[in-house]
Amino acid sequence: MSGGHGHALYRPGDSAVHRLPAHVKVLALLAFALVVVATPRERFLAFGAYAVLLGVVAAIAHVPARVIVRRMVVELPFVAFALLLPVVSQGPRVDVLGLSLSEHGLLTGWNILAKGTLGVVASILLAATTDVRSLLAGLRRLKVPDRLVEIASFMIRYADVVTGDMRRMRIARESRGFEARHLGHARVVAQGAGALFVRSYERGERVHLAMLSRGYAGSMPLTTSAASRADWLRGAALPLAAAVVLTAVML
Amino acid sequence: MSGDASLEVSGLAFAYADGHQALFGVDLTIGRGERVALLGPNGAGKTTLVLHLNGILSGGIGTVRVGGMEVRPGDRETLREIRRRVGIVFQDPDDQLFMPTVRDDVAFGPANLGLRGPELDQRVAEALAAVGMTEVADRPPHHLSFGQRRRVAVATVLAMRPEILVLDEPTSNLDPASRRELYEVLDALDVTQLVVTHDLPFALQLCPRSIVLSGGAVVADGATGDVLADEALLAAHRLELPYGFDPRSVAPR
Amino acid sequence: MHVPDGFLNAPTSVATGAVAAAGVAVALRKAHDELDERTAPLAGLTAAFVFAVQMLNFPVGVGTSGHLMGGALAAVLVGPWTAVLCLSVVLLVQGLLFADGGLTALGTNISLIGITTVVVGWVVTRAVLAVLPKRPASVVPASTVGALVSVPVAALVFVLLFAAGGEASLSFGTLTASMLGWHTLIGIGEAVITGLTVSAVVAVRPDLVYAARGTRAPLQLKRPDGTLMPAPASPEPEPAAARASVRPLLIGGGLVALALAGIVSFFASANPDGLEYVAEDNGFLETARDHAFGDFALADYGEVGGIPVGLAGVLGVAVVLAIGAVMFWLVRSRSAAQAELEDVVR
Ligand SMILES: Nc1ncnc2c1ncn2[C@@H]1O[C@H](COP(=O)(O)OP(=O)(O)OP(=O)(O)O)[C@@H](O)[C@H]1O
Ligand SMILES: [Mg+2]
Repeated sequence: MSGGHGHALYRPGDSAVHRLPAHVKVLALLAFALVVVATPRERFLAFGAYAVLLGVVAAIAHVPARVIVRRMVVELPFVAFALLLPVVSQGPRVDVLGLSLSEHGLLTGWNILAKGTLGVVASILLAATTDVRSLLAGLRRLKVPDRLVEIASFMIRYADVVTGDMRRMRIARESRGFEARHLGHARVVAQGAGALFVRSYERGERVHLAMLSRGYAGSMPLTTSAASRADWLRGAALPLAAAVVLTAVML
Repeated sequence: MSGDASLEVSGLAFAYADGHQALFGVDLTIGRGERVALLGPNGAGKTTLVLHLNGILSGGIGTVRVGGMEVRPGDRETLREIRRRVGIVFQDPDDQLFMPTVRDDVAFGPANLGLRGPELDQRVAEALAAVGMTEVADRPPHHLSFGQRRRVAVATVLAMRPEILVLDEPTSNLDPASRRELYEVLDALDVTQLVVTHDLPFALQLCPRSIVLSGGAVVADGATGDVLADEALLAAHRLELPYGFDPRSVAPR
Repeated sequence: MHVPDGFLNAPTSVATGAVAAAGVAVALRKAHDELDERTAPLAGLTAAFVFAVQMLNFPVGVGTSGHLMGGALAAVLVGPWTAVLCLSVVLLVQGLLFADGGLTALGTNISLIGITTVVVGWVVTRAVLAVLPKRPASVVPASTVGALVSVPVAALVFVLLFAAGGEASLSFGTLTASMLGWHTLIGIGEAVITGLTVSAVVAVRPDLVYAARGTRAPLQLKRPDGTLMPAPASPEPEPAAARASVRPLLIGGGLVALALAGIVSFFASANPDGLEYVAEDNGFLETARDHAFGDFALADYGEVGGIPVGLAGVLGVAVVLAIGAVMFWLVRSRSAAQAELEDVVR
C-alpha cells in the first residue's frame, strides 16, 4: 500500500522540537491526535486551527513543507476512499457541480480526510525531528515493555540490512532482465524473499551472538537523561493549544 | 601445563542445524596465562570451536569448562559470568560492530558490565589507543576500511578486560605495521590467549604452544617451533610456511 | 490496511485498543516459551523482514497491487505469540517513524494486522499440519493455507469494525462483498509468497521455522572414524514446548474472537449508523471498478445487501468458533496421541 518504509523521515537539526525528549514528543503527538479525533466533524474551523498549529510546529522545527507533502502519500488509499464515499454512500443527496452526492458521504469523506491528514502530518513532524535511538530510549522511558523495545531495536538495526540485501537482490534480478508483471512472477520474488530471510537472519544471529559475548542481557544501557519540567511544558504546548481550540468551538 | 586450567574442552562434537558436522570430538586444555595458537586449514572447525568457548554454540556432545565452570546453555547466571571472563574477537569484524559510532561500539561491552561516565570514557579511550584507532572514534564502523574495522573489533574486546582472550584470525587484512602493533598489544597483555590464525610466523612470534585442528579433531599439540618444523604434519593438513621462512632460524619463545 | 486517525469512531478505537493491549500483554507472557537468547534476534529480524516485505508490492489484478501483511508468515517462523509482538512492533514503528497508520488507530491496526492475521494464520496452519505427514516440508502447504485464510478473515473483521464504528454509511453487504473479493485476491498473493518464503527457509534452515519444530529427526553425531556417537544426554525440549503451546493458543484465540464479537455486536446495535440504509443500486458500479487504490478498496462492487449486521456478525462468529472447535479437537487429539506414543517410546 505504501512505498518508502525503508527511508527514514528523520531530518537532523537542532531546533527546540528536535531537542525535546522523544517520550515527551510521543505523548504530545498522542494527545494531539486524541483531541483531533474527538472533534466533531462539522466544526470545520477547528480543523483549520489544528492545521495552523501544526504549521507553527513545522516552522519551529524547520521541516520544509516539501518533506511533509512527499510523505503524505501514505495516506493515498484513504484519500481515494474518502473521495469516493460521497459517490457510493447512501441517504439524502445533494447536487454538487451536477453530480448527485450523498450528504452523509460528503461529511464522512471530509471527516476521514481531515482527521487522517492531521494525524499523518503530526506523525511526520515527530518522525522528522526524532532519531531512532532517542525514539527507542523514549519508548523505554514510557515503560513500553523491554521485550518490545528490544524487538524494535533489532528490527530497526536490521531494517537497513534487509532492505539493503533486498535492493541488491532486486538489482541482480532486474539486471538479468526480470520484471514483476503478473502473479506468476511472484515465485521469483518470493524465492528471493526466502533467501533474503535466511541471509539476514544469519547475519543478525552472528551480530546478536557477538553482543551476547560482550555482556548484552536484553536491553541497551540507558544513557539519555530524563525530561525536565520545562521539556514537559514545551511538549504540552501543542495538545493544550489544540484542546483550547476544541473547547472554543464547542462552546 | 602449570597450575590450574583456564580452558578445558573434552569430547566436543557438534553439527550445525543443516546437518553438517564440524567437530568430531575435540579435547584440549589450556593453563592459566598460557598463550596458544590454534592452527588448521579452512573449514577445519576452528571458528566452530571458538564459538563454543562462551556458549554461543551448544547442543552437541562433550563439555567446555572455563576456569572450572561448565558452559551450559540453560544456566544464564554462569553463562553471563563466563562471557565476562572470555572475550572473543570474531573472525568477521562486521559481526562484531553494530553501534552507530566506533566510540559507542567500544563502550557497549563495558557499559553492559555497569561502567558509566568518566570511567567508561577512560576505558574506551584506552582500548582505542591500544589499537591506534583514537582518531576514528566518532565515525560509523561500517565506513571504515576492513583493517580498521578489525582493529576496532579488537578494541571492543580489550575494553572489557577479559581474563581469557580468544582471537579468531586477528591479523587477516592488517598491513604489516598494524600486524606488528597488534603483536605488541597482545604481547603486553598478561591474560590467557587462544589465537586462531593462518599466519604461522605470527603464531611463532606470539605463542609458545600450538594446537593443530583438522577435520574437526585435534591432530597435533606441542611447542610452536616443533609443530612448524614438522614438514610431514604441515603437508598433511594444508599448512604452509611463507616463502623463505624457516622456523628453526628463529629463537623459540 | 493501515487504518489512519479518525477512520473509526472513538468507542470502536478504544475497544480495539483494549483488545490490542490485552493481546500484546498475553503475547508478552507467552513469548517467553518461544524465545530464548538465541531466537531473540529472530523476532527482531522477522519484524524487520515483515517491515521490508510490506514494501514488496505484488500485482493482484489489472493495474493494481497489494502487499504482504506478514502475519501468517511471522507466526510460522517465530511462533504465534512472538509474531504478535513482531507485528505490533512493526505497526508501532510505522506509526511513529513513518507516519503510516494513525496513532489513535494503533489499537485497531494491531487488532487487525497484528492479532487477527497471526492467530488465524497460525491456527489454520496448525490444523493443516495436524492432518499432514510429520515432516518439515509439510509446513509449506500448511502455511500457504494459513496465509490464504488469514487475509480475508482480517478483511472481514475490518468490515465488522467498520460496520460498528465506521463513520460512513455504506451498505454492509456491498462492503463485505467487495472487501472479501478484493482480499481473497490479496490472500492468494500472500499465500503464494508465504508458501514460497517458508519453503526457501525450510530448505536451508529448518531449525528456524517455529512451526516445523518437533518434525525434525534428531541430528546424528559421528566420531572421526565414522562410527555413530550416542545421542546427547539432554534432548531438545522443543516438541514438548510446541505441543504445550497449542491449547493456550487456541483458548487465547477463542477469547480474542469472543471479545471482538462482543465488542462488535455491542457497538453494531448501539450505533447502527451506516447500516440502517437499505442497499440500493446506486449506479456507480463502473466508476468503482475503474478505480484501483491500495489494498483497501470498493472495487468489484457487488450486489449482496439486505443482510442485517447483527445476524451476519453472529453467523460469522458462530462459523469461526465452529471451525475453531473442530481445529482444536483435531490438533488436540493428534497431539494427545503423539504424547502417548512418546511416553510409550520412553
Ligand atoms: N552456520 C553454518 N552452518 C552450516 N555449516 C557451517 C556453518 N558454519 C560453518 N559451517 C561448516 O563447518 C565447518 C567448519 O567451519 P569453521 O567456520 O569452524 O571453519 P574454520 O576452521 O574456522 O575455517 P576458516 O579457516 O576458513 O575460518 C565447515 O565445513 C563449514 O562449512
Ligand atoms: Mg574460521
